[in-house]
Amino acid sequence: MKFIRKLGAWTLLYTDRMGVMGVFLGKAFFYAVIPPLKMLRVLKQIRFIGFQSMVVILLTGCFSGMVLGFQGFYSLSRFGSDAFLGPMVGLALIKELGPVITALMVTGRAGSAITAEIGIMRISEQIDALELMGLNPYRYLVVPNLVAAVISLPLLSAVFDVVGIYGGYLTGGKLLGVGAGVYFGEMANYVEMADVLEGLYKSLSFGIIIAWVCCYKGFYTSIFTGFGAEGVSKATTQAVVMSSVLVLIWDYFMTSLLFG
Amino acid sequence: MQRHGKEKILEVKGVRTYYGKAQILFDMTFSIRRGEAAVLLGRNGAGKSTTLKSVMGLVSPKQGEILFKGRSIAGLPTYKICSLGMGYVPEDRRIFAGLTVAENLEVGRRPPRAGFEPWTPERLYDLFPNLQVHKDRLGGRISGGEQQMLTIARTLMGNPELMILDEPSEGLAPVIVDQLAATLENLKQDRVTVLLAEQNLGFAGRICDRAFIVDHGAVCHDSPMHELSAGVCERFLAV
Repeated sequence: MKFIRKLGAWTLLYTDRMGVMGVFLGKAFFYAVIPPLKMLRVLKQIRFIGFQSMVVILLTGCFSGMVLGFQGFYSLSRFGSDAFLGPMVGLALIKELGPVITALMVTGRAGSAITAEIGIMRISEQIDALELMGLNPYRYLVVPNLVAAVISLPLLSAVFDVVGIYGGYLTGGKLLGVGAGVYFGEMANYVEMADVLEGLYKSLSFGIIIAWVCCYKGFYTSIFTGFGAEGVSKATTQAVVMSSVLVLIWDYFMTSLLFG
Repeated sequence: MQRHGKEKILEVKGVRTYYGKAQILFDMTFSIRRGEAAVLLGRNGAGKSTTLKSVMGLVSPKQGEILFKGRSIAGLPTYKICSLGMGYVPEDRRIFAGLTVAENLEVGRRPPRAGFEPWTPERLYDLFPNLQVHKDRLGGRISGGEQQMLTIARTLMGNPELMILDEPSEGLAPVIVDQLAATLENLKQDRVTVLLAEQNLGFAGRICDRAFIVDHGAVCHDSPMHELSAGVCERFLAV
């Protein structure tokens, strides 16, 4: 009986939190489409989420492509199909690895910082102070991150894809001997616009997920994770874990939807 | 001499507020008129701060009605209430410690209101000369009294019609309290309606025209400030 009561209380609590999270996203979208947009804040966040993530994306993109080049070459050469290395690397990066790894990297680098920043503003009552000056905290703190993430993620993902494709050519082509004409020519034959669009849709939706979860966790720090430094650290950890898991789950649904 | 008009700028009717399951306000009812300076007096835990937070939307009342200029504001988010013309100076000041004094003032700037001379940093520096001296210093690096003045000045930058202050004299040296009282008296000349929550009867007496004694989450006595009897003070305010 006690177990059922606990289970009921837990269900109610988490249903309530999911509702709060849904309303949070709804408000963020609402204020994102109703002017005025805080353009300076948006540009600042594009610089933070996008430009400052570039080094991480270049490194991970290059090495992911190089690993794909190796693994792809050894797998395909067993079937005598090493000429298809280019399309394999290209499709894997554009449709899947580019958007997903970019999202995970941005979550770790920028998402955690966004949660920590908003969380500290919450526990030091600066969000209340903003409200007391008549400033809408959604417009000021949440919308710029949402818009910046939606703009930055597809661009970062594109950079990741390009660098990864060249990384794959470095190993598959330069080291293992697949010719540049074969590598890039077959890629051009098999990679279609629909594949590029699939990657684009995924990165757009991952941008929304990262901004939503990370802003939400920071915004409700003192309510859901407790006060003080401990509350902020918990919120940050939860934001990174939840964003990463949601990105992977949503990736599955997007893939099955786009395949369908 | 009474400068205030007949229009009620704020009406609080039967407000009941809870923190979790604990009820803090029990049918809190009072109203203040435009241009008036009123004070909620009461002991610690009487419900003064919760009343102000309920008015500002920082806590949500479960029952009752709050009208600002005749419009219901119960349930509105705090930033909307503030943009209607209310300014709130919290007990814990909430200045932006990482911004300079001048930047803190700029953050609070709102469009001017019709019929009121807009507040500008220059006008505020006249009112608070200490802030001008420290205008390039970080908010976290000025004294407690100056931080209190900065919070009031920042709130005034929003050009409020009703200024709500939660225990502004709390923790300040007597000389600063005197300066603050003089400043709030000046605000009254500028037709800003003032609502204070205070325990310092002397301070409130210098500024306010009207007193509401709060006890156990409700107003138990309402009179002009000068008619507040020693008996009432002894009964409801003595520790």
